[in-house]
Amino acid sequence: MIQFLSQPWPWCFGGFMIAVVLFLLLWTGKSFGMSSNLRTLCSMMGAGKKVSFFDFDWKAQRWNLIVALGVILGSFIASNYVVSTKSMALSQNTVDQLLAMGIQDAGKSYAPEILFSNSAFSNPYILLLLVIGGFLVGFGARYSGGCTSGHAISGLSNLQLPSLIAIIGFFVGGLMVNHFVLPLLLKILVI
Amino acid sequence: MKTAVFFTIGILFGIILYMSEVSSWFRIYEMFQFNSFHMYGVIGTAVFFGYIIVFIIKKIKMNSILDSTPIHIPTKQKGWKRYLFGGIIFGCGWAISGACPGPMFSLLGAGFFPIIIVIASATLGTFCYGLIQQKLPH
Repeated sequence: MIQFLSQPWPWCFGGFMIAVVLFLLLWTGKSFGMSSNLRTLCSMMGAGKKVSFFDFDWKAQRWNLIVALGVILGSFIASNYVVSTKSMALSQNTVDQLLAMGIQDAGKSYAPEILFSNSAFSNPYILLLLVIGGFLVGFGARYSGGCTSGHAISGLSNLQLPSLIAIIGFFVGGLMVNHFVLPLLLKILVI
Repeated sequence: MKTAVFFTIGILFGIILYMSEVSSWFRIYEMFQFNSFHMYGVIGTAVFFGYIIVFIIKKIKMNSILDSTPIHIPTKQKGWKRYLFGGIIFGCGWAISGACPGPMFSLLGAGFFPIIIVIASATLGTFCYGLIQQKLPH
């Protein structure tokens, strides 16, 4: 059991456990959606005084911020005390493609060192990439009214057509950038 | 008490996100390359069981465990523009940062500190949406 849990989880178990989280949040009378926290953060910092979109009782959303804090601690625990390997069973295609683009740690680390190690802080180009990526995620999530948890999991589980449209959008944008833009961005990075 | 409940659910979700590798930039890259079934398997399984859960909650008219009121499962507003356009913008960012809002917090906990930049700019992106919301097609 411990042996099983300390290995990277197979997709069926991971997916099932995400459904358990969905159930727990519905059972406690809440809903499952992480991107709302970004809106709550804006309100918390006083954005409601200037922009009506943020003028709501953010304290009613405190529970979700607490879930997010839990996620931080949970991943800290998992990465330090649960997981027994750093390697990842990526497909050979993925490893080869990324290697050709100059990313050498595919399959050997959890996230690419070039983007997510502390050295990224001193590279203005990488900082810019992270800023652009994050900005689009935050803007798009609120525009479409949800993210992977709110639309793909909560929305589809409730057979919501709008969520299906949003997910089609996620893939239209994601496929375009992944296939045509990201290779260029990474090329500049490696140079 | 309630705080402890939500904190515990969060910890569980954080462990799940990390252990099922959903928080990994590599897995998102791989998903968009159709090189592996992993991410589709995770999301597909979650939706499969999620559908059963939502169906049962509605069928037996389950009450919330915290305050015994009927569980309300929100529905999305009708329309398509905001979902399609917003979704495309989200997808573009997802392919670059490799992290959607849940995994952002997960990566922070796992010690990938540059994700702080992504979280800050995602918050800024959310703020900018709020600023120009009325001018966008919904």
